[in-house]
Amino acid sequence: MDALLVYVLRLADTCLIHSQRLSEWAGHAPVLEEDLALSNIALDLLGQARALLTYAGQLEGAWRDEDQLAFLREERDYRNVVLVELPNAVASPSDGGGRDFALTTVRNAAVALWLELLYERLQTSADAELAGIAAKSLKEVRYHRQHSGDWVVRLGDGTDESQARMQAALNVLWPYFNELFAAEGVDGVGPAWSELAPPWHARWATLMTEATLTLPRESAMRPRGIDGIHSEHMGHLLATMQHLQRSYPGGTW
Amino acid sequence: MSNPRNEWPLWEVFVRSKAGLDHKHCGSLHAADAPMAIQMARDVYTRRQEGTSIWVVRSEQIVASDPTEKGSLFDPADDKVYRHPTFYELPDELNHM
Repeated sequence: MDALLVYVLRLADTCLIHSQRLSEWAGHAPVLEEDLALSNIALDLLGQARALLTYAGQLEGAWRDEDQLAFLREERDYRNVVLVELPNAVASPSDGGGRDFALTTVRNAAVALWLELLYERLQTSADAELAGIAAKSLKEVRYHRQHSGDWVVRLGDGTDESQARMQAALNVLWPYFNELFAAEGVDGVGPAWSELAPPWHARWATLMTEATLTLPRESAMRPRGIDGIHSEHMGHLLATMQHLQRSYPGGTW
Repeated sequence: MSNPRNEWPLWEVFVRSKAGLDHKHCGSLHAADAPMAIQMARDVYTRRQEGTSIWVVRSEQIVASDPTEKGSLFDPADDKVYRHPTFYELPDELNHM
């Protein structure tokens, strides 16, 4: 597959699947105000995924549009990082299908910071389409980073209970962060994700200090969702996400 | 009933829709502090392009007139039509005043 197409799909699918997981909070967030905030973030990410998937469809040149790419691919064809497909509560697998606000908060903050750094660089891409999508999306993810970062500090530097939950969420997610820096770049078009690692780690460390959370030790785990190797959670997520389009092919609102 | 000490305080939200217009009261929400109230107001009340500026103020900081005094406060204005500038003869050019 073309290197640029893979690059775009990795970003597009990460936005798409992150959005899908976040949307599971609709109607279930701790307070109504945050319910809307999480839904807004999910919709922003879905918008970014749409633009990127539409572009991926053009690059592919096989007449697949955003809907076909989003809803009619097989699991191995998705190139998102495993981090975003993890359920909203993996700290306590016993409450399957549960929602852990600490986990969602840590993941949102980590991904938003990563997207911000990536879009900042893509703004000046030689690829005009990617540069345009990045410029528009940057404003959105800066707000996501601000909003979720505030929560990380509030809950981390909060009560004993909230700090313990945040630390537990961070410990669970930490090994999966490695994949955010694993994808190759495309010369002149998009940076290798490894270039994002130094600024991401520097800013994350600052956030963790402010939130009085302890950085876990470096993990050797190397998830490869970006190559289509997903966790056991991905199939279930896709079953939910694709159900309507597979039951009623071509169905529209 | 939940302990009110565990509840976030209530905030009143005012949104200005366009430069030059006034901020208008559009509702209230719960938030832990001012920065969170601004973010929540943004997410709850401006998600359909309603706003360009937001004010929030703690609801308890608003001093309101007493509804039981409505009669003495507002009824006396009922028969003071001369306070409306409607008795001037206007030139024809000003038809649309």
